Amino acid sequence: MNKYVKTLKNGIIDQNPTLRLVLGTCPTLAITTQAFNGIGMGLAATFVLVCSNIMVSLLRKVIPEKVRIPCYITIIASFVTVLQMIVKAFLPEIDKALGIYLPLIVVNCIILARAEMFAAKNTVLVSAVDGLGMGIGFTAVLTLMGIIRELLGAGTVFGLPLLSGVLPPMLIFILPPGGFFVFGVLIALANSLSKKSGKKVKESFECDGNCAACSEICPNEVKEAPENA
Amino acid sequence: MLKITAIILAGILTNNMVLSKFLGICPFLGVSKKYNTAFAMGVAVTLVMLVATAVTYPLYTLVLLPLKIEYLQTIAFILVIAALVQLIEILLKRFLPPIYKALGIYLPLITTNCAVLGITLLNFTDTKITSFGLALCNALGGGLGFLLAMMLFAGVRTRIEKSDVPPFLQGLPITLISAAIVSLSFLGFAGLIENLTGF
Repeated sequence: MNKYVKTLKNGIIDQNPTLRLVLGTCPTLAITTQAFNGIGMGLAATFVLVCSNIMVSLLRKVIPEKVRIPCYITIIASFVTVLQMIVKAFLPEIDKALGIYLPLIVVNCIILARAEMFAAKNTVLVSAVDGLGMGIGFTAVLTLMGIIRELLGAGTVFGLPLLSGVLPPMLIFILPPGGFFVFGVLIALANSLSKKSGKKVKESFECDGNCAACSEICPNEVKEAPENA
Repeated sequence: MLKITAIILAGILTNNMVLSKFLGICPFLGVSKKYNTAFAMGVAVTLVMLVATAVTYPLYTLVLLPLKIEYLQTIAFILVIAALVQLIEILLKRFLPPIYKALGIYLPLITTNCAVLGITLLNFTDTKITSFGLALCNALGGGLGFLLAMMLFAGVRTRIEKSDVPPFLQGLPITLISAAIVSLSFLGFAGLIENLTGF
């Protein structure tokens, strides 16, 4: 398999950032009350992922080892600022729907983790593809969660009433508890699917709220990835 | 006074950082296995939230707004928070070694915690917050809410450890589903603050 296709598939399936690496949980839970918001958030994060991966990869020989994390954060924050201005200007509805979760992309673990684990060690093109794959994987899960929560909680999907008259909407699914519940069930499903295909499952949450800590754990997973793929 | 109470109580109960705003989920799931670590993390986050608000609020109103560069809010805030956390760590190590020993390892973890950046951004989107003092109250409420959620959830998790969980739910899924139930219980507070204080 081509290196690029492999990297892309790795991000979407084998190392899906949300379901397999369990990174970036905050936006996953917070904005998936509607399928449309899920797509919006996913695409926003994809934009920042691709841009920051390209930039970090370009600068990987310039950035000193000791101050790399602040450098990465500055790069990411700059792209988030650019994104905020674009969204505010051209897509004011998405800006309103995502609220503070749009600037909070800065502290999304996925982006810093990919900069540290992948972009800092690989060439520009592969890094861009990795960002794209991770972004698509993230978008897919967010949209799926949005569809499930919107369908069960409001009876609609992308605003189309699908369940009217069939099943009364269960409001709890678009309230915060529904987010935790749907995500828990999705992870359980992903885990049992991966166990069936004989892959290792992330048992506990080792991230501890810090991306630098994530990346301490993640390099092992990167080494394993080629065997899986 | 009533407004201060309303803001702090809202942060703790109705608008809980973790359980209703989904900020700081990583430490909430990652460091909540034991009471004492959950407590230390909660205290450290509260402390950093207060200091971060104390610095970013004036930064926004006195520097970014007059210079008309509000769009640099995100980048300015995250850099200030990162620098602050380092500073707090150095100061604690030098002057309060016992506290540093208890909280030290959690401080660097907080830099990229979305609860801290979240509260500093929320200070400007929440219409109730009109002054520096109220922003500090908001940070205090948010931090205490985070602490309460951490402590409650640590209690739940120590019980899960001992219970018989179906194999396909073991690990992360059962943790998330029990978080859903804890969050559900907090929905019971909805409307409480509005009815109690009128804010």
